[in-house]
Amino acid sequence: MNTQTSSAPAGQKVSLVLNGEPRSVAVGTRVDALLKTLGIVGGKVAVERNRAIVPRSQFSEVELLQGDEIEIVRFVGGG
Amino acid sequence: MAQLEQCGGTSSDSWVVAGRTFHSRLIVGTGKYRDYQENADAAEAAGAEMVTVAVRRVNLTDPNEPMLVDYLKPDRFTFLPNTAGCFTGEDAVRTLRLAREAGDWNLVKLEVLSDPETLYPDMVETLRALEMLVADGFDVMVYASDDPVMARRLEDAGAAAIMPLGAPIGSGLGLQNKLNLRLIAEQAGVPVLVDAGIGTPSDAAIAMELGCDAVLLNTAIAEAQDPIGMARAMKLAVEAGRLAYLSGRMPTRKYGSASSPEHGKIS
Repeated sequence: MNTQTSSAPAGQKVSLVLNGEPRSVAVGTRVDALLKTLGIVGGKVAVERNRAIVPRSQFSEVELLQGDEIEIVRFVGGG
Repeated sequence: MAQLEQCGGTSSDSWVVAGRTFHSRLIVGTGKYRDYQENADAAEAAGAEMVTVAVRRVNLTDPNEPMLVDYLKPDRFTFLPNTAGCFTGEDAVRTLRLAREAGDWNLVKLEVLSDPETLYPDMVETLRALEMLVADGFDVMVYASDDPVMARRLEDAGAAAIMPLGAPIGSGLGLQNKLNLRLIAEQAGVPVLVDAGIGTPSDAAIAMELGCDAVLLNTAIAEAQDPIGMARAMKLAVEAGRLAYLSGRMPTRKYGSASSPEHGKIS
């Protein structure tokens, strides 16, 4: 379990690319808080940060950093 | 290997993929339906135990839109995550790693497509992706061309099931190469499923008569005028085809062979 720490000053925002769209969040935001902010509650989602899976068990530990590329996916209908 | 014991019916007939036993030999997709409710009703009517699902970005502008899992419950259906829309091995592996994290299971469907027009599988990329996935601990059911040599390569590389196409995805053109499908089914030591191209129940019945272990289809039900009725028709066709395969069909002859006695005719 490695908790990352941002080097950006407190009170500032970090810029991310979230599901392909630019977005900014408060410094120190972690994955679980991001999901809550986005209104994603329940359902099975998976999160990828810079092409690496973020295990669900680490949602409350992994902090979002400047320039992160985040993907949030779920199951949808498909053949 | 699928169980092929004679049973005189389909109730005790089952097949096994990657250690998981299924009684339904009809796997249905979850795309192209009017809504998830119709989809769930069709999956029930089909008697399906396994459904394919896709992995896509959460819609951030409407994160609370209807969710697949609210209608097709993961405790009722085994979800088979697919890699539909992937054109490289890396994309497919990335997609399935996300699927494994979202679903907490490792049975997946691999498909790596070659071009958007034919949706024909790129078997070189598919084989490469299969090797990566097997090394990463996945149980992989592989969408494939109907080439018996490639089917053997996939099995050698650790595929949990071989799923040759009957015809291009969504085409409804039926089984274009029954000879190859039969060869693949005969030689394989893992389950063989016809995946893609089935347009109508007789196609599904023929796939089963050829010795396939199951069929996987989506559009033939979803785009029927009455998807629920068609789902039931597909269920019956798969059961009929399976029972016919187990029962052993009559030999074909070039000429007629009378069924009534020659002796005792009144004239």
